[in-house]
Amino acid sequence: MTRLAALLIALVVALPAAAVQPDEVLPDPVLEERARDISGGLRCIVCRNESIDESNAELARDLRLLVRERLVAGDTDAEVVSYVVDRYGEYVLLRPPMTGSTIALWLAAPVLLLLGLGLSVAYVRRRAKAEAPAEAALSDEEAERLKEILRG
Amino acid sequence: MIIELGHFALILAFMVAIFQMVVPLVGAHQNRPGWMAVAEPAATTQFLLTAFSFAALTYAFVTSDFSLSLVVANSHTAKPMIYKISGVWGNHEGSLLLWVLILTLFGACAAWFGQNLPPTLKARVLAVQSSVSVAFFAFILFTSNPFTRLAAPPFDGQDLNPLLQDPGLAFHPPFLYLGYVGLSMAFSFAVAALIEGRVDAAWGRWVRPWTLAAWLFLTVGIGLGSWWAYYELGWGGFWFWDPVENASFMPWLISVALLHSAIVVEKREALKSWTILLAILAFGFSLIGTFIVRSGVLTSVHAFANDPERGVYILAILALFMGGSLLLFAFRAGSMEAKGVFSTVSRESGLVLNNLLLAVSTFVVFIGTIWPLIAEMFFDRTLSVGPPFFDAAFTPFVFAAAVALPIGAMLPWKRAGLGRPVRALLPALVLALACGLLAWAMYTGKTVLAPIGVGLSVWLIAGAAVDLWSRTGRGGLAHRLGRLTRLPRADWGKSIAHSGVGITMFGVVTLTGYQFEDIRVAQIGAPYEVGAYEIELLAVDENMRGPNYITTMATVAVREAETGRLITEVHPERRIYPVAGMPTTEAGINNGFTRDVYVTLGDPQGTGGWAVRTWIKPFANWIWGGTIIMAIGGIFSLSDRRYRVAAGAGKARNTQPEGVPAE
Repeated sequence: MTRLAALLIALVVALPAAAVQPDEVLPDPVLEERARDISGGLRCIVCRNESIDESNAELARDLRLLVRERLVAGDTDAEVVSYVVDRYGEYVLLRPPMTGSTIALWLAAPVLLLLGLGLSVAYVRRRAKAEAPAEAALSDEEAERLKEILRG
Repeated sequence: MIIELGHFALILAFMVAIFQMVVPLVGAHQNRPGWMAVAEPAATTQFLLTAFSFAALTYAFVTSDFSLSLVVANSHTAKPMIYKISGVWGNHEGSLLLWVLILTLFGACAAWFGQNLPPTLKARVLAVQSSVSVAFFAFILFTSNPFTRLAAPPFDGQDLNPLLQDPGLAFHPPFLYLGYVGLSMAFSFAVAALIEGRVDAAWGRWVRPWTLAAWLFLTVGIGLGSWWAYYELGWGGFWFWDPVENASFMPWLISVALLHSAIVVEKREALKSWTILLAILAFGFSLIGTFIVRSGVLTSVHAFANDPERGVYILAILALFMGGSLLLFAFRAGSMEAKGVFSTVSRESGLVLNNLLLAVSTFVVFIGTIWPLIAEMFFDRTLSVGPPFFDAAFTPFVFAAAVALPIGAMLPWKRAGLGRPVRALLPALVLALACGLLAWAMYTGKTVLAPIGVGLSVWLIAGAAVDLWSRTGRGGLAHRLGRLTRLPRADWGKSIAHSGVGITMFGVVTLTGYQFEDIRVAQIGAPYEVGAYEIELLAVDENMRGPNYITTMATVAVREAETGRLITEVHPERRIYPVAGMPTTEAGINNGFTRDVYVTLGDPQGTGGWAVRTWIKPFANWIWGGTIIMAIGGIFSLSDRRYRVAAGAGKARNTQPEGVPAE
């Protein structure tokens, strides 16, 4: 009974389609290479967090075919990407464009690095100039503990 | 009955935790030895109660007790035993219980191994640690109780997510949690020191082994997760810059920074307040990680058990602990004056650079991870931040750190010249340049970074070897070799871990820069060449049965193209787990030292034959090999004599003087 049920379910659940299918591959290797590069940067919108190049979803396959169609039609890489973005929004771009508020995202790291570098240099220079403080004498309690540790 | 006992034990543990949070803290403040001493047995009790509770839940999973709603939702009688056990933490409630189990374990360890700590510090550390457990016990008991019974138990369960039914992923969460939660110890030490108002070399020495252990577990956990993604997700990726991966990567980066800055505190009594801040932030990032994973607020390929509403509780816990400790930091940090004086070129400065790069790169990962949220909330833009951003923004930091690491590692403390380490490293530099040029000659046009990365990773590995060798001093070869075996384990640990970084880096850059892919319709019995290999689809068996799945399994021969010698047969599969109604792919991989041959099976084609994808992935195993080597370095360092003494575990008195740590 369970065996039968399992088989029935197996028939109902479709097997996953592997990401890029052989029938999608373009005959021209240069175009295909460009297609792979572009689709690696486009997000599959029905998936969790995958590019259309990696995804098994039906919609991702449609988009992969669309990208290849546009390439064959003679579009440049940028034209293909903007064609997709026009239809699906900038959400599909895995590399956020450097426009408007996103500039802050791209500049955050370099700005922080410069700031941190400034602070670090200031700190190191202060340390280099500082007088070595007179070593505070150990309190009796500490001296006792030190002895204990050294003995251990 | 056992279930009720487990539930009861959890409630008791919660009570003990509240007690342990309050009494020792008051005791330390009013200097009452009895009140402080109570923390120790309380920590042990807390751990034993939680362990019993966890064992009760495990018992329910193992015996498939379907009167528990958690077991129904995540288990099935036909599931193999190992996944019945791993099912305990393959869900929200159970994973939280594992989280507090580890939390109380660390607390108990601090009680057991902390005989050397001053009594007030110890009482405060245990109280702070307990306050974290209180928050999580309350979270579990009030919002995510794993012991909820069903009035009408079903006959069988709904099975665990099939992707989780895998040996790599079965043990990935416990290691990751050991790491996340291990950082709570650093946090407790930091907050206790702030309350105490005193940070000295001894504090640095106490806090470092805990951080080292947490880092070690995080390293293993992240490595396991990445390895799992490599063979399970079906296209051989090993890192996706996915929110959940970043969530574990941020605490890892911060803990690396903390490990290094704690050395400066220990040896030179400088960078004190910075180290305290790092200790607080490291645990903060662990909590953020838990929040990201548990809340599902960011979409991820790894999100298996989440619930937005419960995310709010974790956010509240995060706000409470980070807000409180940072406030305390703001008041008290000023009182931590640095003592050590060092010149601009010195080991100290090198470690400052290390910390700067690590801290900023953590920030890069952090802002990239949460930017989609910020953009949506404040700028009304729905956008994605994916691998291209992280590759571009993160890689420069890795490269900069790799350039500086071997030199910085060899600089002496206090005052140094660059001349000596650079002269010693000259052979490493020449070797690195040669390897980089060789990689350049084999350049495939994929990424310019690959040859640079190869050069840098060789620089790291050779640099680590030079560093270790230079510790043996002068003299004849035999003399120096003898010295090598007597070097302190911390020196070995340092060089091993640094070379592990180089090895992982080598694997990553060669895999991304030089991997080779083939997609085609393969006919059964028709061999074809992929690179230096000949691939032949021998057979495809459909509808084979596993313990709890149905599989389509191919037999693929991998041969050497030149000689036709059979290397191996691999078996890529496509499985269906009928109970969960979910398909998975299992790649057929021939692992090798210099390359993996990675085969996946696709759809049957109308024209006959099957879609087959084949990759030649150079040096893939080096990625995880390097991770293991880093962890081994951590173990060496952890077993160094000075920690055994500091942890109070060094009961065995050595009459023979061992090698004294070199600095």
